[in-house]
Amino acid sequence: MSETKKAETKKADAKKTPKAGKAAKAAKAAPQAAVVTSPAPSPAPAPAPATPRSSVRKTYKLYIGGAFPRSESGRSYVVTAPSGEFIANAAQASRKDARDAVRAARSAQAGWAKATAYNRGQILYRIAEMLEERRDQFAQQIASVEGVNVAAGYAQVDAAVDRWVWYAGWSDKLTQVLGSANPVAGPYWNVSSPEPTGVVALLAPARPTLLGLTSVVAPAIVGGNAVVVVAPDAAAVPAVTLGEVMATSDLPGGVVNILTGAPAELAPWLASHLDVNALDLAGIQAGSTLARDLEVSAAENLKRVVRPAAGYDWSADPGLARVKPFLETKTVWHPVGI
Amino acid sequence: MIGKTCHFTGKSGTTTVVGVTAQLALDDAGLRRLLHGLPPVDQVGADARAARLGTRSIKTTAKAEALDLAVRMVDLTTLEGADTPGKVRALCAKGAHPEPDQPECPSVAAICVYGDMVATAKAALAGTGIKVASVATAFPSGRAPLAVKLADTAAAVEAGADEIDMVIDRGAFLSGRYGAVAEEIAAVKQACRTGGHDAHLKVILETGELATYDNVKRASWLAMLSGADFIKTSTGKVSPAATLPVTLLMLESVRDFRAQTGRQVGVKPAGGIRTAKDAIKYLVTVNETAGPDWLSPDWFRFGASSLLNDLLLQRRKLATGVYSGPDYVTVD
Repeated sequence: MSETKKAETKKADAKKTPKAGKAAKAAKAAPQAAVVTSPAPSPAPAPAPATPRSSVRKTYKLYIGGAFPRSESGRSYVVTAPSGEFIANAAQASRKDARDAVRAARSAQAGWAKATAYNRGQILYRIAEMLEERRDQFAQQIASVEGVNVAAGYAQVDAAVDRWVWYAGWSDKLTQVLGSANPVAGPYWNVSSPEPTGVVALLAPARPTLLGLTSVVAPAIVGGNAVVVVAPDAAAVPAVTLGEVMATSDLPGGVVNILTGAPAELAPWLASHLDVNALDLAGIQAGSTLARDLEVSAAENLKRVVRPAAGYDWSADPGLARVKPFLETKTVWHPVGI
Repeated sequence: MIGKTCHFTGKSGTTTVVGVTAQLALDDAGLRRLLHGLPPVDQVGADARAARLGTRSIKTTAKAEALDLAVRMVDLTTLEGADTPGKVRALCAKGAHPEPDQPECPSVAAICVYGDMVATAKAALAGTGIKVASVATAFPSGRAPLAVKLADTAAAVEAGADEIDMVIDRGAFLSGRYGAVAEEIAAVKQACRTGGHDAHLKVILETGELATYDNVKRASWLAMLSGADFIKTSTGKVSPAATLPVTLLMLESVRDFRAQTGRQVGVKPAGGIRTAKDAIKYLVTVNETAGPDWLSPDWFRFGASSLLNDLLLQRRKLATGVYSGPDYVTVD
């Protein structure tokens, strides 16, 4: 709106220009007529009309490979509040963005899995720290995107921060809890330990925006996977802001890649992608044809699929339900006593 | 339109050029007059034209055809100190049948190895029609006495190499001793005919070390005048390796050379071409610059190792409609 106003002002200025000479003359003449006795001091300049400062608006772009590119397709969409009010423009990811994101995730995955569990925990905790620092910003965004009051926004941010801390603590405990030393009938020392499955595609739930995204991303990366997450529609705004948090949290670029746009457009490409190892259908409606089709495409290369659960409570204690599906069990038989 | 204005207009004129090809009797000063008489290269224009050609969108059936053509143009290369006979044989098997389960997938043009691996590659490729290319002349630096370079070349030819990739003496070229460069190329060409063989000679200019586009053009002409069958951008050991503007320039040179002398010379960009998208950009440039006569493995090659995998992944994407991944191609 401010731009239109500015343009109008300009137009008005342009109209004035030819008469400017005359106007100046008139202005000069007027004070002279009024104060005849003091010709020396020139008239005080009229205060310049305050030009409204044009606000700098943020473009919500994708988060791929640690960078924030626009969609390869050049498309964008309007994010609106439930009331219909304009919030922002966000990049609408295309299948090629999904392909690039998978490539970025694949190249980052090995390094992330090789980092020590302790180091991964530190980085997840760092994300919590950075998120905490941006509490106000996230609370406002959640309030405007979800149409809730700011107090509810704060409550959600706090829950999200707590969840990052909770999963950060799990990073070096997963092996103890999910691994085992197995008694076997033979001269072997037999141990099982959890290993990351690789690249995981996540379809984040539409609500709650920040907590939902956190609850699908954190459990997938804590075990050493790299992820491509699709934030649907209005969730784009907090999702891209969370990307900014991650970009400043020592999380290696490419471990988390955020696509924004229409899940129905992107999900089939991720589900059929042969370089994706697992799929979380959290944001897809349970029992829908789309959910079914995605499972069928995912079967092509035997992806691990987490099915959508109707009425899932995102604020409840998640346990390890979203960690385990993205871990493989490696069992080693080591000869002993020979 | 750089391409249209690059006809050879050196003072010596057409007849002299043909004469040079035949006898190479020019000394340094004569070659200098000839090469420095070439019209200068508009660097900004060449970069802009290459960038514009790189924006062409090649889709569906045209893309399928381009991918297959690119596969047929690949010189599948392994030039590592750690090369073993086993690795060379594996590479030969891959070059012969890039997609073992798809007989309609074409083979590559050649396998490019170091001289001591030629016999291994030749044996592994027997009956496939795939050529064996060998680097020679103290690759990649070219810093060895001429006698050593010639012996290197002769040994590779005796071992059965169909093509020899030689490096020019960049030190001599950059210090203006064009005669020495020309004589060396002619001598290596002679060595390619050792023992009644007739190996094709590819001359590597190592454009990453030539500093200017004008030098690239002069080196191209010098190599062609001295008897090169192919001119090749780079060894792949120096950065920058092949770039699109440099290849564009070399394509213009071979086109102008054919117009002047009637002899067609091939072009081989090598090093740094890793994606199918890049390869298609090069094919567009070949078609738009030199013309469709060069769109064949006989006249245009890609020196590459990882390019083939990406071409195969793109072929599969076109055929199946889903994205494939590195788990489904060989590790090399």
